[in-house]
Amino acid sequence: MSGKPVLHYVSVRGRMEPVKWLLAAAGVEFEERFLETKEDLQKLRADGCLLFQQVPMVEIDGMKLVQTRAILNYIAGKYNLYGKDLKERALIDMYVEGMADLYDIIMNHDFKPANEKEKDLANIMDKATNRYLPVFEKVLKDHGHDFLVGNKLSRADVNLLETILMVEEFKPDALAKFPLLQSFKARISNTPNIKKFLQPGSQRKPPLQEKDIPSLMAIFH
Amino acid sequence: MAEKPKLHYTRGRGKMESIRWLLAAAGVEFEEEFIEKEDLEKLRNDGSLLFQQVPMVEIDGMKMVQTRAILCYIAGKYNLYGKDLKERAWIDMYVEGTTDLMGMIMALPFQAADVKEKNIALITERATTRYFPVYEKALKDHGQDYLVGNKLSWADIHLLEAILMTEELKSDILSAFPLLQAFKTKMSNMPTIKKFLQPGSPRKPPPDENYVATVMKIFKL
Repeated sequence: MSGKPVLHYVSVRGRMEPVKWLLAAAGVEFEERFLETKEDLQKLRADGCLLFQQVPMVEIDGMKLVQTRAILNYIAGKYNLYGKDLKERALIDMYVEGMADLYDIIMNHDFKPANEKEKDLANIMDKATNRYLPVFEKVLKDHGHDFLVGNKLSRADVNLLETILMVEEFKPDALAKFPLLQSFKARISNTPNIKKFLQPGSQRKPPLQEKDIPSLMAIFH
Repeated sequence: MAEKPKLHYTRGRGKMESIRWLLAAAGVEFEEEFIEKEDLEKLRNDGSLLFQQVPMVEIDGMKMVQTRAILCYIAGKYNLYGKDLKERAWIDMYVEGTTDLMGMIMALPFQAADVKEKNIALITERATTRYFPVYEKALKDHGQDYLVGNKLSWADIHLLEAILMTEELKSDILSAFPLLQAFKTKMSNMPTIKKFLQPGSPRKPPPDENYVATVMKIFKL
């Protein structure tokens, strides 16, 4: 028994990817068990492993944690990536929740019918460039620090890098108007743990491929 | 001088109601500014809304946005968030479960009649087979009055809100859950909560057609 956290999910980014980013940034090695069939999910349910019958589920410190936010909060707290007091946590939570909203529309984009995809993509880019990215550019500008909160790496920085990279997958020049985010991206990408996670062969997952959607749907429906 | 928190939202439950519940249960008096017509644009133009959205709560010198960030801050400030990381993890898991359940109910008034009918059946099924059994079991396993750490927490307050909201949909929804029935009675009789449940409190009524029309108009849905 290794004692490493064990992540139970399907073999795509989905709701588990931010958890992997956070563990990787904290330098925590983890194992993954992938659900490949509906039977795999049913077995976890029948074994009583899933509090609300859903994944993600992470085995960590003797618990079977479910609910993405509960998992992320625990890891962030455990590895000191959650600020030093309530007020820093409040800022981190606001930033992270904003990014979670953007992440949700990005995640759901893959499941939109073909005739809605173009409009949806326009909405994603509009929100990213007009609602979310400007907030973080301004935060960095206002305090002039390297990190979003408390002059120290936190889950908000890890989350922001993940978000930037995802938005750039849609539009490579998404950061054109955000010079501080560009240097933020370079800087955070070069921190050792994250640099390792960004290299080929890491546990990071690629964007969802359309051909994988049917088998994914078969597991959950 | 401790200023009262000030809540900015429409005059209805929506995403602000859980915040009203938590403040009320903690015995914290608060003020409300209700958004009508052009008020949302004004708040946006004033730079008061980090991501151009409400809920927004002015508290301790901050203009907090994002429902979960606000709830986490209040829970932490008023000692309703457990005594350590592990208790927090359990509270987070329980709260995310009741959030999912209440989220399904909150979406109903905005759905077409046929979709709504299907979803009411789904909600009833989920409540009685996925969610309430978890909380009934938690109370049964440790035999204590509260969900986590033998002490009132955010999870208990959120569960009571979810129970009452689900009962509005189906009044006998707790028929198979004796411990939840006892929990509901005990929690409802706590002085601060009893006060919140009385007429004239800041508690908002279930959404009606007028509220739906107002929300659609203000948020341009």
